[in-house]
Amino acid sequence: MLRLPPFRYHRPDTVDEAVALLARFGEDAMPIAGGTDLMPNMKHRLFTPAHVVSLNRIAAMRGIGTVNGAGPSTDNGRAPRADGLFLRIGALETLSDVSSHPLVRRHCAGLAEAAGLVAGPQLRNMGTIGGNVCLDTRCTYYNQTEFWRDALGYCLKKDGTVCHVTRVGKKCVAAHSADTPPNLIALDATLTLAGPDGTREIPAADFFVTDGIWNTRRKGDEILTEIRIPLMGPHSNGHGPHRRSAYRKLRQRNSIDFPLLSVAVVGDFEQDGTVAGLTGVVSALGARPRVLAGWDEIALGERLGPRVIEALAERARAQCRPLDNVIVDTKWRRAMVPVQVRRALEELAGG
Amino acid sequence: MEVVRLRVNGDERVCGVPAHYTLLETLRYGLGLTGSKQGCDKGDCGACTVIVDGRAILSCITPVWEAEGREVRTVEGLANGTETHPVQDEFDLNGAAQCGFCTPGILCSSVALLDRNPSPTREEIRTALAGNLCRCTGYEKIYDAVEAAAARLDP
Repeated sequence: MLRLPPFRYHRPDTVDEAVALLARFGEDAMPIAGGTDLMPNMKHRLFTPAHVVSLNRIAAMRGIGTVNGAGPSTDNGRAPRADGLFLRIGALETLSDVSSHPLVRRHCAGLAEAAGLVAGPQLRNMGTIGGNVCLDTRCTYYNQTEFWRDALGYCLKKDGTVCHVTRVGKKCVAAHSADTPPNLIALDATLTLAGPDGTREIPAADFFVTDGIWNTRRKGDEILTEIRIPLMGPHSNGHGPHRRSAYRKLRQRNSIDFPLLSVAVVGDFEQDGTVAGLTGVVSALGARPRVLAGWDEIALGERLGPRVIEALAERARAQCRPLDNVIVDTKWRRAMVPVQVRRALEELAGG
Repeated sequence: MEVVRLRVNGDERVCGVPAHYTLLETLRYGLGLTGSKQGCDKGDCGACTVIVDGRAILSCITPVWEAEGREVRTVEGLANGTETHPVQDEFDLNGAAQCGFCTPGILCSSVALLDRNPSPTREEIRTALAGNLCRCTGYEKIYDAVEAAAARLDP
């Protein structure tokens, strides 16, 4: 039996009310949506907020549809970041709904796949895409009961002064373990955050930082309200590049588990099948998803054949060095990087 | 203590609970509905699965307040009076339960599946039950039972 610590539960109806509650109670408050990350963490006494602010009644944070312009729907007067057609996903949409939504499946197949591979079915029915983006980092020495952590000696991320992974390091290396962000980064998505000073937008690629203790730029009194993904399908006249995406997830069991390694790829292809743009993002290895470097010089203007895919996979392997932050051999995890990258690219080439 | 109003298996229930209770704790210790099981109690095992507004969710990590105003269905509410639900019947006929601890959660996941998809493929059954751990029966007889129930419900 794992009991929750006592707290007061608030259920505001609007983003403004929720932000006001978070600002009022400061570090004593945390927002909750699906609760699939926060509730177990609270049961483990990793967080003990006196006030929990539920976002689930906020209708403005729901819905999936296409919109013009990247600006937030509750605009604070600033001009939209860019024109064009965007897919807007309200942060409260469940991972089940994101993975099965026809627009997401059509325009962002990799994202739909990733949302459908998070944890297990019940957790996808509860967990939201906003919560997935804001997921706390994970580590063998962190996601444990208070009894367990006390017995070993607390770690750097929570209540302790030592990192049990690196032994010597003073930097927390807990891993980013969410499935959707690598896809959102590869898709050039924009996140909208609402806070006491209004809303701000931040590219998904800039949202994460290399700090296992707190790996996002979201402040404690901010709420992720929606996600916008620029759409680039075939032009209406059938010309121009066509965008495809794919996602691969490595884990011990094919359900429930967090990723040991995740690979998101997004490619823009010309009519003749040559690559006009290619982005790969690898995650679950460190505190921040890693955008793979050096792919353009290999792939641009080429077809995604076996030789090019092999070169891209090797370039990925050279950049990825997993740490011992989950109970799986790090050499094996590293060896799986080119394998999973190759499979993702083969899916992209065949799609 | 605060007062929570729930609609459970078609009945309006009013219950005094601490504000930090989960839906599972309210069902088991407030309402005496002990069919939903407290297994890992942190969202891994699926033993606490109940159906809320038609979807299988984990009651052990659901704050009780999130169930207010929604339709909660537990294993106690699957049978129609004294007549068992076809899924329950087929679990019996196919030997799909041994110790029975995971069974209430698996029954709820199965009923939630069949209510949305009356004739699922074997693969769809496997996917729908992928969040329920069983450590003794093995899953084959459980899939057999759900398939048989589907055949009875949607011949």
